[in-house]
Amino acid sequence: MTLHEFIFYIVTPILSISVLLILYRFLKGPSIVDRIIALDLIITTGIGFIAAYSILTNRPSFLDVAMILALIAFLGTVAFSYYIQKRNKK
Amino acid sequence: MTDIFVAIFSLSGAIFILLASIGLIRMPDSYLRISVTTKAATLGIGLLLLAAAIHFQDFSITTRVLAIILFILLTAPISGHLIGRASYFSGVKLWKHSIMDDMDGKYHKATQELKSEDVEELKKLDKIEKKLVKKKNSK
Repeated sequence: MTLHEFIFYIVTPILSISVLLILYRFLKGPSIVDRIIALDLIITTGIGFIAAYSILTNRPSFLDVAMILALIAFLGTVAFSYYIQKRNKK
Repeated sequence: MTDIFVAIFSLSGAIFILLASIGLIRMPDSYLRISVTTKAATLGIGLLLLAAAIHFQDFSITTRVLAIILFILLTAPISGHLIGRASYFSGVKLWKHSIMDDMDGKYHKATQELKSEDVEELKKLDKIEKKLVKKKNSK
């Protein structure tokens, strides 16, 4: 089994299953906080997916996208928590 | 040889992310979910990115990967803390079997005040002081 086959048949399916499990929590989530955590974790899993995909296709330039995605995930979480607190004050 | 290392690192990273997602479903409380996801997902992403760095074996890619890992290590605890704080203030309840709540009584809901001492205890002390002042005045 080559590395290409290993990543294609084992690593990316595990990541896909975990994204589906997180999506279940995102759709079900009792409170809005659970949804925000699930969204954050989906983006973080996306960074891992990009890393696996860059190994798969032998193109390291995808890692730039991962960097931007990490930045956007952090900014999104901070903005969501800010607006939750703001909504609470009214 | 490097292929074996890449396989081990990427598989363990994927398994850690899977564990984080299972924890997100199984945990009973949003605070426990925050704690699970920030820890396990950070380790999983770090391992997957390390696998990419080992696979390419290029200086520029290794520095890029280390920058991403450092950024995630810095921002994951901050975002977890912010979300936990916002969820406590918005009134998300703890799990019924949680043993202790450190913030209990230190946050006043109407005035949005957060103090290191107990707010209710301070109010009681204020009342006692006022009573003492009244007694002195009446004497």
